[in-house]
Amino acid sequence: MDKVRLQREAAFIRSSLLDQGYLDEQFIQLEELQDNDNPNFVEEVVTLFYTDSARLIYNIDQALLSNPTDFTKLDDYMHQFKGSCSSIGAKKVKNECNGFGEYCEVQNYDGCFRTFQQIKQEYITLKKKLETYFQLLKEAAQIK
Amino acid sequence: MTSRNLSTQLRALVVDDNMINRKIHQKMLNGLGVECMGVANGKEAVDVHGYGQSFDLILMDKDMPIMNGIEATKKLRSMGICSMIVGVSSRSMDVEIREFMEAGLNDYHEKPLTTAKLASIIHHIINTK
Repeated sequence: MDKVRLQREAAFIRSSLLDQGYLDEQFIQLEELQDNDNPNFVEEVVTLFYTDSARLIYNIDQALLSNPTDFTKLDDYMHQFKGSCSSIGAKKVKNECNGFGEYCEVQNYDGCFRTFQQIKQEYITLKKKLETYFQLLKEAAQIK
Repeated sequence: MTSRNLSTQLRALVVDDNMINRKIHQKMLNGLGVECMGVANGKEAVDVHGYGQSFDLILMDKDMPIMNGIEATKKLRSMGICSMIVGVSSRSMDVEIREFMEAGLNDYHEKPLTTAKLASIIHHIINTK
C-alpha cells in the first residue's frame, strides 16, 4: 500500500475516533506536544496508558470478586483509572467510569459489575482502533 | 513538528502518582522552556526539598499514596518553601478543593491540565519574579 493511502487511512481513523466520541480534545493536546525531539510521544503515552490501566483493571476485577465488596477500594481504583482515561482523551471509556462511580456511591454491586463489563468493552474497542491507527502511521513512515 | 528552543530558566517539580500525568505535564512544561523533575508522591516531594533542591513551580496532585497532596503542601510550607504550589486533581467537590487550598496552595486546577493553563501559570511566575 502506498504512503499517501496509508496516511489517509490513518487520518480517517483519527477523525472517526474524534467524531464518534471515542477520543476528545485531550488527545489533540497530546498530538500538539509531539515534536522532533519526541516524534512518537502520543504512541508512548497511549502505550503507557494501556500498560498501567491493565493493572487497574485487574485490581477492579479482583475487588469485584471479593466478598464482602469493598466499595471504597473499588471507587479508589476506578478514580485512578478514570484519571488515566482523562489524561489520554479516552472520552467514551471515561464517561462509562462516571456511571460506575455512581453505583459505587450507593453500593450497588450489580450496577458496578454490569457497568465495568461495558467499560472493559469500550476500553478494548478503543485499544484495537488505536493499535490500527499507530500501525498505519508506522507503515507510512517506513515508506520513503 | 518543530523543536522548541526557548528556556525560561525556571524549574518545576511534578508530583503525581500517575506516570502518564507526570509524562504529559513534564512534556508540556519542557515545551514551555521549563526544566522539570517528577516524583510519585508527596513524601518524595518533601524529600527532594530536604536534599536541597528548589523549584519555581510545584504541580501537586491531591490523591497520592504514602503522602497525599494536602499533607505534602502543609509540610512544604512548614519547611519554609515559598515556591508557587499549584494543586491539580480530578476531584471537583468544593469542600475538597477548599481543603486543598487551605493547605497552602497558590492556585488549583482541575485535571487534565492544558498547555494554555500551564503557560498562564508560567507567565505569572515570570512576571512576579
